Amino acid sequence: MSTMVAAPKSRVSRQTWQFTEDVRVQASATVVGPKEGKGPLASLFDKIYPDIYAGQKSWEKAERKLLEDAIQIALKKANLKEDQIDLLLAGDLLNQNITANFTAELLSIPTLGMYGACSTSMLTLANAAALVNSGFAERAIAACSSHNATAERQYRYPTEYGGQKPPSSQWTVTGAGAAVVGIGGNGPRLTYATIGKVVDMGMKDPLDMGSAMAPAAVSTMIAHFQDTGRQPQDYDLIVTGDLAGIGYPIAKEMLEKEGFNMDKVYNDCGLMVYSPEQEVFAGASGCASSAVVTYSYIMNQLQRGAMKRVLVCATGALLSPISYQQGEAIPCIAHAVAFEGGA
Amino acid sequence: MATKAKQASGLHMTKEMYKQQAAKYQIKRNVVLNTWRAFWVGGTICLFGQFLQNIYINVFHFTPKTAGNPTVATLIFLSALLTGLGVYDKIGQYAGAGSAVPVTGFANSIASAAIEHRSEGYVLGVGGNMFKLAGSVIVFGVVAAFVAGLIKTIFRLL
Repeated sequence: MSTMVAAPKSRVSRQTWQFTEDVRVQASATVVGPKEGKGPLASLFDKIYPDIYAGQKSWEKAERKLLEDAIQIALKKANLKEDQIDLLLAGDLLNQNITANFTAELLSIPTLGMYGACSTSMLTLANAAALVNSGFAERAIAACSSHNATAERQYRYPTEYGGQKPPSSQWTVTGAGAAVVGIGGNGPRLTYATIGKVVDMGMKDPLDMGSAMAPAAVSTMIAHFQDTGRQPQDYDLIVTGDLAGIGYPIAKEMLEKEGFNMDKVYNDCGLMVYSPEQEVFAGASGCASSAVVTYSYIMNQLQRGAMKRVLVCATGALLSPISYQQGEAIPCIAHAVAFEGGA
Repeated sequence: MATKAKQASGLHMTKEMYKQQAAKYQIKRNVVLNTWRAFWVGGTICLFGQFLQNIYINVFHFTPKTAGNPTVATLIFLSALLTGLGVYDKIGQYAGAGSAVPVTGFANSIASAAIEHRSEGYVLGVGGNMFKLAGSVIVFGVVAAFVAGLIKTIFRLL
């Protein structure tokens, strides 16, 4: 073991990082599709497209448009230009990260593509915060996207296929979120990040990802509480990314059995994007599930002072169509980032 | 903090225990309701097929044997049309096997894949993918028909 660790203050443990500088979300933006635009958070989204093509020729192009718009709007809000951003950390759900990479070409910002399935929102944000905190970047953008139709086609069946879906399946959010991360300003502070381990509890049903992901979320949250010495009640809100109707109660019960009181503070982004009558089965999923909730509602609450401390634990199911067809279980991961109210 | 190598990070349970715990929260599916929906939708599709066949026999003077082909073609056309209009997947979510088992379900699986992959061009997209879902039905249908035919032939020879 080396004792010559470069920045011992930032490293809290093997899993948790503390941001020692005044790292903040200087601006954030969300862009969504029509269904999300009818949900309870509609008034907080920056742009709502009336159809899932977003004026493009293919769904893949539409997803890129959402991501590009989110980044551009975030830049505009921060009053910055592309060349004032040192790094873009972005990811999506499509093979070879095509949404993030094709969008990065348009922006011409140095780019690190990242994949963490639906945990990509906090994966990119945690890394952006770390690189800004350590001085490798003055300002970085963390961004991610998902699209219902592109995800359906890649992971499941053609969108018009008439197969019946079980109530445990989830509805991939069509949307994108972006955050400009830098030192100073008056946005919400980024204080801690807890990096998840890959957890596989042997769940195999790709149409029940909530059950598969819940243990990963629990593992990361427990690590976060232990590493920071915080308790769930130290937060005004703790959200998981997309555990939805089945994964959420499982995670809650597991945490409570481990002795953490989650009363009144715990929610799940997968249950916040849509209203119950919107027919989305167990709830929302996708990178954009946690991104559009965090970068709209949560940033708004922190900015207004309605909340002081929030923990976002984005959850990702690391399966591929090939891995589940070969009978493998679904390995999952979750990354958590702690936010603190502005000023 | 006790960390046992075998345990998933911080979780004090085995995979088996977790499966049991997770199963509690599964939403139960109403089998009676689902069966009823599959029955009435599937039955209605078949009834409509019979109605078509009678029309082909009585109006267009097909024989009961030859009326099969135009009947199936009509059902396939309607199914593809409803798929293109974005209706068939909604029927499928409601009816389950009721709209999947009849020939209309087979047509939907082909039409939906063809539409989906139009963005990759006619040859590699539409042509290469339209049998993505239906392909295995055709393969195993042909294999099953071959085996059944073989058995029938052997019994005839005996």
